[in-house]
Amino acid sequence: MNVLTTSLKNLAAAISSKKVSAREVTEKFLGQSEKWNKKLNAYITMNDQALETATKIDQRIAKGEKVGPLAGVPLAIKDMLCTKGLRTTAGSKILHNFVPPYSATVVERLEKSGAITLGKTNQDEFAMGSSTETSHFGISRNPWNLDYVPGGSSGGSAAAVAAGMATASIGTDTGGSIRQPASFCGIVGVKPTYGRVSRYGIVAFASSLDQAGPFSRTVEDSALVLESICGHDERDSTTAKVPVPQWSASINKSLKGLKVGLPKEYFSDQLEPETRKAVDRAIDAVKKAGAETVEVSIPLTEMAVPIYYLIATSEASSNLARYDGVRFGHRADFSKHPAEDLAEFYCRTRGEGFGSEVKRRIILGTYALSSGYYDAYYKKACQVRRLLRQQFLDVFSKCQVVISPVTTSPAFKIGDRILDPLQMYLNDIYTTSANLTGIPGMSVPAGFSTKGLPIGVQLLSAHFQEQHLFNVGSVIEESLAIKELPSVLQ
Amino acid sequence: MSYNDWEAVIGLEIHAQLLTESKIFSADSTTFGGADNENVTPVSLGMPGTLPVVNRKVIEFAVRTGLALNCNIREKSVFARKNYFYPDLPKGYQISQFDEPICERGHVEYFLDGEIRKVNIERAHLEEDAGKSIHSGDFTLINLNRAGVALLEIVSAPDMRTPQEAAEYARTVRRILRYLNVCDGNLEEGSMRCDCNVSVRKKGDPKLGTKVELKNINSFRFVEKAVEYEIQRQIDCKETGEKITQETRLYDATKNRTFAMRSKEEAHDYRYFPDPDLLPVRLDPAFLTKVRGELPELPLARAQRFQTAFGLPAYDSFVLTAEKSLADYFEIVAKASNNPKAASNWIMGEMLRELNEARLDMEKTPISAQHLADLILMIDSKEISGKMAKDVFLEMWKTSKPPKDIVKSKGMAQITDTSAIEKIVDEVMAANEPAVADYRGGKIKLFGFFVGQVMKASKGQANPEMVNQILQSKLKG
Repeated sequence: MNVLTTSLKNLAAAISSKKVSAREVTEKFLGQSEKWNKKLNAYITMNDQALETATKIDQRIAKGEKVGPLAGVPLAIKDMLCTKGLRTTAGSKILHNFVPPYSATVVERLEKSGAITLGKTNQDEFAMGSSTETSHFGISRNPWNLDYVPGGSSGGSAAAVAAGMATASIGTDTGGSIRQPASFCGIVGVKPTYGRVSRYGIVAFASSLDQAGPFSRTVEDSALVLESICGHDERDSTTAKVPVPQWSASINKSLKGLKVGLPKEYFSDQLEPETRKAVDRAIDAVKKAGAETVEVSIPLTEMAVPIYYLIATSEASSNLARYDGVRFGHRADFSKHPAEDLAEFYCRTRGEGFGSEVKRRIILGTYALSSGYYDAYYKKACQVRRLLRQQFLDVFSKCQVVISPVTTSPAFKIGDRILDPLQMYLNDIYTTSANLTGIPGMSVPAGFSTKGLPIGVQLLSAHFQEQHLFNVGSVIEESLAIKELPSVLQ
Repeated sequence: MSYNDWEAVIGLEIHAQLLTESKIFSADSTTFGGADNENVTPVSLGMPGTLPVVNRKVIEFAVRTGLALNCNIREKSVFARKNYFYPDLPKGYQISQFDEPICERGHVEYFLDGEIRKVNIERAHLEEDAGKSIHSGDFTLINLNRAGVALLEIVSAPDMRTPQEAAEYARTVRRILRYLNVCDGNLEEGSMRCDCNVSVRKKGDPKLGTKVELKNINSFRFVEKAVEYEIQRQIDCKETGEKITQETRLYDATKNRTFAMRSKEEAHDYRYFPDPDLLPVRLDPAFLTKVRGELPELPLARAQRFQTAFGLPAYDSFVLTAEKSLADYFEIVAKASNNPKAASNWIMGEMLRELNEARLDMEKTPISAQHLADLILMIDSKEISGKMAKDVFLEMWKTSKPPKDIVKSKGMAQITDTSAIEKIVDEVMAANEPAVADYRGGKIKLFGFFVGQVMKASKGQANPEMVNQILQSKLKG
């Protein structure tokens, strides 16, 4: 068993049956991380308590105590999630010194399941970006080709798993920030139904869209992680009071009777042929497993990116107001030049603390909510959002799963799009709809481009119907899973 | 033109701090008196990733108040973010309610100058309080203990026309809030805040004048004074052709005038939008029915009942219903003594005087309602005289003892035994034979002298009526 590439399921079993110790496993992953992080910059901060926690797990296993389903498994956590006593930056200078006195519910639940937090992963600043190039802590690189982006915003979490620097990881997905880097890095990533996973303790970008979810090497592993973090949380009013199924135990690879929808708007000319081919490979696999495909239509698809950027930036402009240098985080140095007034205090602190993409979005959102523009922008976007949701509900009356590309093309080169925000935003055309409508989505590997870059396909289902994603995803990975580490790292 | 040609239009915005044990969106305690920044958690500090969760008790308090203010309670109400930067506003936005407030379209009635008047309530919405900034020299200290405490903002229609009406309306709302036990209504400490919107227009003009908002008013007397000053100021402006600007003005009680806030501090576009962290509040009819069923009798209804059921004068009824505890106390005394007017007199007279002198609330009176009723019963049954009763009352105030015990231990019982009084009269007449002779000789003015002597001999305990009777018959000879 290669500890670094084996599935979470196998690793957890090996640890709890004492074939390998959690400490040994953790040491190996720490070693791999130390070796490669200088190149990949997947982690911002390592957890110096990881080995200690692993030893404790080993002791509990030795005593025959019951341990959780993730016992001893090293995980990487996106730096959007607060970790008690461990610096949490959201990729921003404004939080470069922030050590939370509390943990996100997701982190608490992972710890309860026995997982070991290896470290905090790099990301676009406040998750605003699609390439992990907007981080204050440097860009992350794609393990399959170091000149390419790992995707974003959860690029560090995706790169860490792809590079054997963690067995699985947690990301957040506001407009595709889990699915797109999963696709670019050749691993599985799941954005659960909105309301499945508590947002408590996760730095807010756009509250009505944000949802945390897993990255892993296999579909089943994502199910295992998701089972551990899902469920109602009384600290988050928007979590749903619905049961959490044991998806991992219910994966059914026979797709007989399943209808798979192919939305015609997702297969337009914008789609690059190589990506189209990857999607076709996935479609073939599900057909072979007994599924039937139907063409469906989501006419409002072209509106998804515009309304996404109105709603997400509006909410962000308000969510980011708390970073004012008053109570925590970065504060400009006023010792030599004291602020003349309150406005200067804010301007200097926030001016220094936020990067340009974050500023751009705060300005956009502030504008969209301003009196005189609210009706035309924010309110109108919310109306279109409701219509889009209805179109998806209609689609899911005709099929159970939608298959589509994740992006129009595989990973792009570092620096290629960072100066062209519009081009960067268009990266999200296939992914934002799931966030706007609240439905779950998955990216699962479907082969490589000729340049050797992984390409994923996106699976979508109706609200709370994640089981369909795990079933269909498992079928696709049977023939298309990537089992080895990228050659650069071997 | 004279001032009489002008009419003021006044509306009030009352912020009531709700008496819930925890804050509106977090579990932080709301008890005060602790150290600065003690009642805070990551949620009320607005730390990254923390989320608000609505306190159910706050919703109940708002509904209770809304029903008492005759409001329509929305089945679905929505929390919205009011965005503005201020150091004592941790999140950079205040969670409030905007276009879907929990209570709408109500009214209250109050009594002024012999008549019932009505003020419409436009809305009452929930919001969180901000913290407190203490500016000191070149730095500012922030205390966030208050940040996140639940406020209910009660917005009246511009239905008032005089400073007296404004003050009486504010008192009425306070009275209701205190009856409902949802707010302690302390203007001085800021648990109730009263902002007044004032404009003036020519009498008969249907169009409203430019509105000015008055803040920093911390007593009902100042509501009256601030509004009065502002009306005068605006009329002066109109008379001299000066333009009235829409602005917020602060009231300075020591100078008794209002002055404009720096306009920079209020040039806000709050960018309200529904808070995506909170679901709409949905109330089911069963909950409303339950809260409605638990509402206490409200002050005005109670005053009217005191008039009809106890035959009290209007004045008494309003004084006695100003506080729920006072009205409760009165009702026990009135019923137990079977003499409501006497109960009213004792409470409005002796009791309130002693309470005021000792600066005590009704709840803290050392005299139980039953004991006061006993005292009235003793007067009515002539066990003690009204004059003696006042001494007994003072003793009750000091010792909290039942009046019977006090009367007994001090030998204060009234002498109503005919033979005992006859004996004293005989003794007095024997000791003053010349006077008896003078009286019988026509100096009837000496009667008062004899009464005085008898009362003195009885240590004031002889029943005065009986003394009169017996003296008269005995002096006739």
